[in-house]
Amino acid sequence: MSDTITQTSETRPAIIVDHVTKTFLKRNSHSLKEAFVGWTKGKKVRADTFRALDDVSFQIGEGESVAVLGFNGSGKSTTLKLVSGVMEPDGGRVFTRGRVAGLIEVGAGFHPELSGRENVYLNAAILGMSKEQIDARFDDIVAFSEIEDFIDQEVKHYSSGMFMRLAFSVAIHVDLDVLLVDEVLAVGDEAFRKKCTEKLKELTQRGVTMLVVSHSMGMVKDLCPRGIVIHEHKVLFDGPIDRAVEIIRTTPH
Amino acid sequence: MTTIDLSEYDVPGRGRGILDVFHWRYLLRLLVRKGTATRYRNSTLGWTWSYVKPLIQFFIYYAVMGLIFGMARGGVANFPLYLFAGFITVQFFNEAFGNATGSIVGNKALVKKIYLPRELFPLAAIINAFVHFLPQLAILIVVALLYGWRPGLLHIGAALLGLVIIGLFALGIGLLFAGLNVRFRDAENFAEVIRQLATWASPVLYTWQLIQQHMGDLVLYIYMCNPITVAVELMHYAFWTPTVEPFDADTNPDGWVGFAPHFDIYILVAIVVGALFVLIGQATFRRFERTFAQDL
Repeated sequence: MSDTITQTSETRPAIIVDHVTKTFLKRNSHSLKEAFVGWTKGKKVRADTFRALDDVSFQIGEGESVAVLGFNGSGKSTTLKLVSGVMEPDGGRVFTRGRVAGLIEVGAGFHPELSGRENVYLNAAILGMSKEQIDARFDDIVAFSEIEDFIDQEVKHYSSGMFMRLAFSVAIHVDLDVLLVDEVLAVGDEAFRKKCTEKLKELTQRGVTMLVVSHSMGMVKDLCPRGIVIHEHKVLFDGPIDRAVEIIRTTPH
Repeated sequence: MTTIDLSEYDVPGRGRGILDVFHWRYLLRLLVRKGTATRYRNSTLGWTWSYVKPLIQFFIYYAVMGLIFGMARGGVANFPLYLFAGFITVQFFNEAFGNATGSIVGNKALVKKIYLPRELFPLAAIINAFVHFLPQLAILIVVALLYGWRPGLLHIGAALLGLVIIGLFALGIGLLFAGLNVRFRDAENFAEVIRQLATWASPVLYTWQLIQQHMGDLVLYIYMCNPITVAVELMHYAFWTPTVEPFDADTNPDGWVGFAPHFDIYILVAIVVGALFVLIGQATFRRFERTFAQDL
């Protein structure tokens, strides 16, 4: 592996994924006892490996919005987790530039026993904001989520829609250069979804780089001019979104 | 075609371990606050439990060791104070160590989805244990004052040193077990065994002289290398010794005999062992951290 990487995106890349391979273990036994019993019966005892990503390379230029498309289990979410740093690749390298934050299943850090207000602070801090920044944006966050009246209620009394709206609203107000979006746009009603899409577009205009994983082709076409199709753990196509969507529709499952 | 200067880039997920926590002070504070705020949610008695539970356990120990086995009648003057000072010290360790061990698994949802310096969770767990220890410390101070406790600077210093040793040791061993526990849930059970032993492996219910008398010098040396033992003895020195007269075979057989031989060296040993565990714990934690997201 050389120390230099050739630029393939038009602008300077914000995300580099370079020949990345990710393998998971598929365990066949879960305890010593099980392993022993399995062994006496002549079953397979040792773990199998399962390749989730196989030599995946791409670069996302600064300010670009790119969709990652693929069927369930093709390795899309794994790709995003590698970029966010939650997982590490087994082979190859991943680099990012600037502040990366994930809209990855927003609400992961919410605690049901805390009030909406406390959760806003906790989650904004989890996404890397300082107290001053949160103080300054708190009103915007609440206004965007449209749950002003319930902000001091415990989150466990929220409806699922309210919960997701607040969580999304926190994530979208974080200062960032690179935003990773994983299937979160299925939140709320039609009107709120539209508002979210508008907000994401606004971020793109501000120069935020975006990497989106979604099954919603309509939304993806609306947000991203470029699409990467991952099929059976490899990059099948990387190019204009219309063509990418066409490929995913014609590829047999 | 241009080549890219990689020095301007970050590698996601590679932090500087526990040092990164300083950059995330605010989040650490919120995590601690979350822990204290939700600990007794939906319970009517709330923080009263923090007083009631250790007191009940204390009375059981006192009844068995003090009254039935006779520690209170002969051997240790002001035995309740002696017992309580050591007891809450070990409780602090147990709570910190137990919380830290389960902290990564307990914060599964976050660890799997967002990258943070994961050391935040065990550290917040230990700070939480300390907050929980404070009410017990308050009881100890009140009880000590009732026994006529008039501490000097040295006594206060000893108490602080004891608590620092516990914190350091709990952090090290807590990091170690928190990391291991993600892949091997056996760690949780093993940690519980250690916690059960902790009370007995330190001079909480008896005095260090009994170890020397019944098991010899060699065992005493090993015994004293336990950082919890050193911390318990420091707490005894801080809260119990100011209330009793020095030992005298004829006039005051129940008094304070003094520290175990070479106690100053054992303080050093405790600090070194604590620091060593932090290093080992951090190294193991970092090694296992790479696969946290897929093992959870």
